[in-house]
Amino acid sequence: MSEMVKKAAFLTDATICIGCKACEVACKEWNEVPADGMDWSGLSYDNTKSLGASTWRHVMFLEQPSVAGPQFADTQDPFRWIFLSDVCKHCENAGCLEACPTGAIVRTEMASVFIQPDICNGCGYCVVTCPFGVVDKRPGDGRAFKCTFCYDRQKVGLTPACATACPTQSIQFGPLEELRERGKQRAEELQGRGYSDARIYDPQESSVGGIHAFFVILGEPENYNLPPAPEVPTTYLKSAWSSALISAAILFAIICVGFGLH
Amino acid sequence: MASSTPKATEERLQQIRQAAAEGHLHADSQTHPRIQGHDSYYGLPALKPPTWTWEVPLYFFLGGISGVSSSIALAAQIFGADPALIRLSLWIALVGAGICPALLIADLGRPSRFLNMLRMFKLQSPMSVGSWVLVAFSGCAFLSVLTNELVLHGHVFFALIGLRWIGEASAALVGLLLASYTGVLIGATAIPVWSQNRRLLPLHFLVSGLGGAAGILELAGFLIPATHFLGFVASGIETAAEILFEFRKSPADAPLHRGRAGFTFLISGILEGPAALGVRLLWGSTPTGREAAAICFLAGALLSRYAWIWAGRASAKLPDDQFAMQRRKLQSREPGVPSKPRVS
Repeated sequence: MSEMVKKAAFLTDATICIGCKACEVACKEWNEVPADGMDWSGLSYDNTKSLGASTWRHVMFLEQPSVAGPQFADTQDPFRWIFLSDVCKHCENAGCLEACPTGAIVRTEMASVFIQPDICNGCGYCVVTCPFGVVDKRPGDGRAFKCTFCYDRQKVGLTPACATACPTQSIQFGPLEELRERGKQRAEELQGRGYSDARIYDPQESSVGGIHAFFVILGEPENYNLPPAPEVPTTYLKSAWSSALISAAILFAIICVGFGLH
Repeated sequence: MASSTPKATEERLQQIRQAAAEGHLHADSQTHPRIQGHDSYYGLPALKPPTWTWEVPLYFFLGGISGVSSSIALAAQIFGADPALIRLSLWIALVGAGICPALLIADLGRPSRFLNMLRMFKLQSPMSVGSWVLVAFSGCAFLSVLTNELVLHGHVFFALIGLRWIGEASAALVGLLLASYTGVLIGATAIPVWSQNRRLLPLHFLVSGLGGAAGILELAGFLIPATHFLGFVASGIETAAEILFEFRKSPADAPLHRGRAGFTFLISGILEGPAALGVRLLWGSTPTGREAAAICFLAGALLSRYAWIWAGRASAKLPDDQFAMQRRKLQSREPGVPSKPRVS
């Protein structure tokens, strides 16, 4: 990736989110994403449950017993209520992009990961190679879908729909390194204000090599279904192929023994 | 997920109102589940389960058999075995090469776009490599059957014999890739039960293909020592694998021991391994005994492919296990040293 290209990023801050789901709605409206059913989950105010082929922003509602910092609700039975809008991470080393056999999944000039709907043939391999469980095949349509990072809006200089709709600036959009720095500063600032478990989720140490959508969170990443150590599945290729080639050689030797000795 | 039609939603709302009216729901006094420590997000899946339909495991099974069949044909040719056995092995490979693409195309979300698989060759995508391997295998299997039939019908030219060797050798080579890459395909994914078994899967799938191909030859009447030997080796290795899988305590293996996938995995492992081996040991001297052993193995090999796909689905739905494994890996990793892509 040339340095001339400006990498775009999302910074989503759980400590500012009010759980209004305007991002979910704005995303659906702008991208004309079809409805994908409605069910009562019984899990706080979250009836969306997860990202998927037709859910590209998902607002989580965490109810935590720990009350590090002053953000809590219900004085009778106090708990900490946290909201976070989840989204595709647009990985530096993206499992879906590496695995896509048709070349439908590409890296855009904004360094985001984009599925070209006119090329995808619905083989489903990106679904199982995404370490964040983001991509899915849309029933009835057959192709795989995920957040486009509003590629069409970015092309004409507009901010993605979710960030535009966010009333609290919990979803910020901007240049990658600038937002990464802002996220770090925000986590430090929160810690200084008593939120001792505030942190930025940005797994640069992993084989994913960093993401283009970071999150400022309270508590552990697992609480948000964010993997503590995501791996891009291409790291498994060498050992798997070595095993395949060695096994194939042994197998052919066995067959030769079978016909040679008898 | 409930249907999204307005009528269904309205009916569901009506049900909830009724339940509330009958006193089952007290929104204000109910405590929601709390997320603490390293809990996942209410236990909801953090990975997407495989979307592959019934055609894919069947393809794994048939691709394995036809791939190894062409290797059997080459070895048989090298050591001057019965031409009828060589002929049948080549035909098994060709028939398999005909069925397999149909199964894969049927599984695609957009079958009419199957040719997009050949838009590019991507070494880092086992799905891309596999598509090209299947295309190459079809060509090689066709060439070897064509040249072999011509030779058998009396067209014995030096060039034709040479072409037959080229066809058979390339089909054998590509066939071994076809029978093993499926293990790499599921091994190089984010699904823990698959990726943690990525070193075993290619061998497991190849041996399943070997026992299956030898079994079909036996059922077709080739009750010769060579097929008996291959049947012994395949069921012997599968027995060892079965023992390993059942007794090894790997946290990623949980779906192989639970639920529908676990049950199918156990049955398939017994059929491919101890059952096929035992029948062959005890009654291998009789044709019926050998046929029974072959059927055992074939049934086990087919079931095993379904068990692996179902285990993958179950594995994607165990976020707490998945995160616990990642934390253990993080702790064992040297601090400050990032793992690099395309290594390990």
